[in-house]
Amino acid sequence: MIVFERPHALIDVPLHYCPGCTHGIVHRLVAEVIDELGIEGNTIGIAPVGCSVMAYNYFNCDMIEAAHGRAPAVATGVKRADPSKFVFTYQGDGDLASIGMAETVHAAARNENISIVFINNAIYGMTGGQMAPTSLPGQITQTSPYGRDPKLCGYPIKVCEMLSQVDGAEYLERVAVNNVKNIRNAKKAIKKAFQNQLDGKGFSLVEVISSCPTNWGLTPQNALKWIDEKMIPYYPLGVYKDRSAEEAAK
Amino acid sequence: MADKVLMKGNEAIAEAAITAGCRFYFGYPITPQTEIAAYMAKRMPKIGGTFLQAESEIAAINMVYGVASAGKRVMTSSSSPGISLKGEGISYMAGSDLPGLIVNVQRGGPGLGGIQPSQSDYFQATRGGGHGDYHLIVLAPASVQEMADLTIKGFELADKYRMMAMILADGTMGQMMEPVSLDFDIKPEPEKPWATTGTQMKRPHNIINSLSLVPEELEEQNFKRYEKYAEIAKNETMYEEYMMDDAEIAIAAFGIAARVSKNAVNEARKKGIKAGLIRPITLWPFPKEPFMKAADHVKQFISVELSMGQMIEDVELAEQCRRPVTLCNRAGGMIPSPEMVLAAIEEAAKNGGAL
Repeated sequence: MIVFERPHALIDVPLHYCPGCTHGIVHRLVAEVIDELGIEGNTIGIAPVGCSVMAYNYFNCDMIEAAHGRAPAVATGVKRADPSKFVFTYQGDGDLASIGMAETVHAAARNENISIVFINNAIYGMTGGQMAPTSLPGQITQTSPYGRDPKLCGYPIKVCEMLSQVDGAEYLERVAVNNVKNIRNAKKAIKKAFQNQLDGKGFSLVEVISSCPTNWGLTPQNALKWIDEKMIPYYPLGVYKDRSAEEAAK
Repeated sequence: MADKVLMKGNEAIAEAAITAGCRFYFGYPITPQTEIAAYMAKRMPKIGGTFLQAESEIAAINMVYGVASAGKRVMTSSSSPGISLKGEGISYMAGSDLPGLIVNVQRGGPGLGGIQPSQSDYFQATRGGGHGDYHLIVLAPASVQEMADLTIKGFELADKYRMMAMILADGTMGQMMEPVSLDFDIKPEPEKPWATTGTQMKRPHNIINSLSLVPEELEEQNFKRYEKYAEIAKNETMYEEYMMDDAEIAIAAFGIAARVSKNAVNEARKKGIKAGLIRPITLWPFPKEPFMKAADHVKQFISVELSMGQMIEDVELAEQCRRPVTLCNRAGGMIPSPEMVLAAIEEAAKNGGAL
């Protein structure tokens, strides 16, 4: 009896991610959800620029590699070209919340019927650990070597809180993948974001608090602890908007 | 003969695009091309198409990237400053071998510049405009009819060669009205098995991508792309020659500059000066052959441009500097008058090609 196997939507190749990085977990969750919803053959995924730039080599569905930050605009084009397709983007914090902020906010404002998996690990990983729009106050990075000083470089951007003020957005939830309970919850949120698109409900984004042991300078284990101790207090987990549920409750 | 309608150049582009089967348009307002967006906003919803006003030029070109990835005909339009913003996306489309049509109704620059006609984006268009080794097919209309004709041609060439085509117009071409026939015989769109339309679990996944981290592989891709460009230069170069058979003074001009120059050539002929005109219709690939051929009998070339002199470099390269090339130009939104061009022709005739 098979009790555990690779999801069909995840190609059987070695991932390039660092040891202890949680991208692998989130890839798996996305692939499991694609399998469970039976949508692989009708899905187009959009990879960002950043650590997950090569996600197109890992997902079995059709894939597009977008310019840095532009994935929501590319997804808009793909979805408008054929609304019967399932379209998701997979983006990091630099991609989505810095260079691609305009594309993110306006895709939400238009209630584009797309699903976004947003990895927030508070750092630019691919380029070697620079300050991200989500780096915490005091966080030491390559470009904030004395710790992020909000007086000099501002405060972190809380994407779910910000987008919750955008009327167009349908569903926003922040989850984490630093323990089994959180991982299970993250999968539920991703599934809901994907199901929303299938139901025509519109713009759904799941922010996943993730770890970057390499660039945080922590062991994988301590990186998961750092999520509990530092990240989650600044970025509280939970549902920030669920328009359909709110309307149903009225 | 088909009925003609009176249209603005910008509207002719929009209607021709629809005729060509384009059902997706993304743009951002900028003078002097906004009529294209306005026309699309009216027409697209009525024919089951998509008009979307993007949040920026950057978003617009990336929406184009998305639709092109999905294998559908798609276009965007803008004017000079907006085209600069699209440069990133254009480069990505080139690197991913995606077809599409981009329209630049040029205005004077640099910077925010002005809103009057210009041809000062010639370098940007013919050299690609964004980063990396690549070209666009660049088409330069000189009438409202050609705005429509070359739009159709642009879509066909883009699909045929799987690359972007650009209409390089100017504010005059966009704004002026002329009778135009929109009766076109549209060739069927080619199959696009490379498009990301979902595997339907029947084929390996398609990937649209411009990332290539192994330099040997990236070099190979560039070599292949340039082989394609060489084929395009051989097969698709277009130009018009006017009174060139016996010309001693030859004007090089495209777009509105060619219209003005044709008048000047006619006036010069009345005065007994053997003047002629070579009008490139494709700016990339640049028509080298007529210039090389003309250098056998022409004493001097004059490049007439609405810029500080950009195409003049291609003219010199094309005729391999066998005859002198001088510049007759206005810039910043000004247009050379026929009198100004005639004076340049007379000057050249007097000097007999000596600089």
